[in-house]
Amino acid sequence: MTTFTTHPSADGHYTITLSGRLDATGVAALWEPVHAALSGERITVIDASQVDYCDGAGLALLFDLKRQNHRGITVTGLAPDVAALLAQFDPAGFGKDTADAPTRVPLVTAIGRSVHSYAEHVTAQIEFLGAATAALGSALRHPASIRWKDALLIAERAGVDALPIVALIAFLMGLIIAFQSAIPLRQYGGEVFVGDLVGLSMLRELGPLMTAILIAGRSGAAFAAELGTMKVNEEINALTTMGFDPIRFLVVTRVLAGLIVTPLLTIFADLIGILGGALTMLTFSIPTRTYFTHVGAFADTADFLGGLAKSVVFGILIAGIGCLKGLQTASGAAAVGQATTRAVVAAIIMIVVVDGLFALIYFILDV
Amino acid sequence: MATPIIQVENLRIGYGIHVLLDNLSFDVEQGEILAILGGSGCGKSTLMKNMIGLYTPLAGRVLIDGEDIAQADGRQRRAILRKFGVTYQMGALFGSMSLLENVRLPLEAHTDLPTEAIDLIARMKLQMVGLAQAAGKIPAELSGGMQKRAAIARAMALDPKILFLDEPSAGLDPITSAGLDQLIATLARTLGMTFVIVTHELASIFAIADRVVMLDNQSKGIIAFGEPAQLRDQSDHPWVRQFFNREPSSADAFK
Ligand SMILES: Nc1ncnc2c1ncn2[C@@H]1O[C@H](COP(=O)(O)OP(=O)(O)OP(=O)(O)O)[C@@H](O)[C@H]1O
Ligand SMILES: [Mg+2]
Repeated sequence: MTTFTTHPSADGHYTITLSGRLDATGVAALWEPVHAALSGERITVIDASQVDYCDGAGLALLFDLKRQNHRGITVTGLAPDVAALLAQFDPAGFGKDTADAPTRVPLVTAIGRSVHSYAEHVTAQIEFLGAATAALGSALRHPASIRWKDALLIAERAGVDALPIVALIAFLMGLIIAFQSAIPLRQYGGEVFVGDLVGLSMLRELGPLMTAILIAGRSGAAFAAELGTMKVNEEINALTTMGFDPIRFLVVTRVLAGLIVTPLLTIFADLIGILGGALTMLTFSIPTRTYFTHVGAFADTADFLGGLAKSVVFGILIAGIGCLKGLQTASGAAAVGQATTRAVVAAIIMIVVVDGLFALIYFILDV
Repeated sequence: MATPIIQVENLRIGYGIHVLLDNLSFDVEQGEILAILGGSGCGKSTLMKNMIGLYTPLAGRVLIDGEDIAQADGRQRRAILRKFGVTYQMGALFGSMSLLENVRLPLEAHTDLPTEAIDLIARMKLQMVGLAQAAGKIPAELSGGMQKRAAIARAMALDPKILFLDEPSAGLDPITSAGLDQLIATLARTLGMTFVIVTHELASIFAIADRVVMLDNQSKGIIAFGEPAQLRDQSDHPWVRQFFNREPSSADAFK
């Protein structure tokens, strides 16, 4: 049991006597009452002769009393070893660390700083874009220099392993679009045209877009987390000092993998989505043959190739952004999480923006 | 005589079917500073992780204050965990928190102390390892040696009965390292803390270690156990003498 008593003496000063165990439990019970009892009082003596054990928590209490009333305070009766521990803390200079309290910055400075950091950010992106394009260009000119084994392994993880999820989503998408459009069209007896609709929307928009978003969530995130962890563990530094260019070594392989895998998965998604529509049409008693005739009648090769062209760009974007965010990771585990989030968000935004641009270009070119 | 605070009995450790060390038995007394020595990769860190209950021994047991941590669960396990602090070879500070928050964390989790007391204790611990100025920094802003010291401050936040330190002085300059030795010796003497330290620093072994246990992965066991000076002068095991006299092993320097 830890207790304390105070004894006022004739000249208005106090003695505080502590007794028992001054460990975390004891101090937790004493802290508030001791401080309350002494607020406003000027103590001169802390008598610790009845303390049988004093650890870091007890030292903190003694030190705090000393610190708050540091004019002429004495601690008596403390075991010499513990007293030596206590003596190493200097009440005057304690707790003044430089970086601790966030200092208020004037508004102008704050604006200036954030503009500066944003500008640096943009510069970094442009630099990365340049470096990655250069590395990719030189890699394509000297295909032997590409680490194909790595690229194929990444392509397998980003592509082959994604087949089930792409199939599931594309199938459901085709099925649902066909169903949702068949119901209103039936009012005009136009269910047969569902094939036109599903074919066009899958090939031109939904196939590429949905596949890209899936890849951004799966592989863009994976690239960012992987490269981010390498950055945090100084593996990127190790690569650099060994004379490898991290962009060539890590980014080119991933961008190539993205570039190969995204269009292939898009073709796969197109097919499965159209098949999903066929299933719905069967329930509306439209024969599959008729459905496919309609798919082919409206959407043509240009639509298919247009969608594919988009998906190539998406693939490069996703892989590039994933790697960029990974390489820009600050330090610490939280930074890896942040990099991953940023990679996915930025990739999805870019996908949608670029998709819009493609729509505009195709409209102007009248494809 | 009081029962030893740590008892290691016929311990077999390793990974899966791969046995690193077998039939280890030794005791650590309360207030003692024990150094674990051995060649790189012989299983020192693995032994430490078995002693603190992170890994379950393949055979045998480790008793801390008479209790087997591998068998304990729930409240009992938490009570045992509260008795020791650990630092890991890689530091293992929480990267998203400042040093102060790192040290505060165990105090917040395990005590009822008021916030300002926790803050003060954490700052005092940081000052004890010479990091008072860096309390607000996050680990990534520190040098490797500073991270090591911060990890020690965190491990002793709760003033545990036992501190397990995995290579605490690797990466520290001789002066800081000597300061750390002094801190360890003081804590052992004043608070009766027990230390289990994995280290290669000969100077610090002779300065503070009461006893050493030397492991060897060829014989998969303990090749020496006792006071360091005595082992250096009297051991008849060639490897032990080489270790203490810093001689390269004749034929197989890197083995
Ligand atoms: N998680 C693990 N899984 C499998 N084997 C491991 C694992 N961790 C370590 N090992 C192996 O166990 C052996 C001992 O490792 P340990 O980390 O205990 O060595 P150490 O004695 O601490 O070495 P050092 O002085 O270099 O830190 C090594 O051969 C290592 O390859
Ligand atoms: Mg180790």
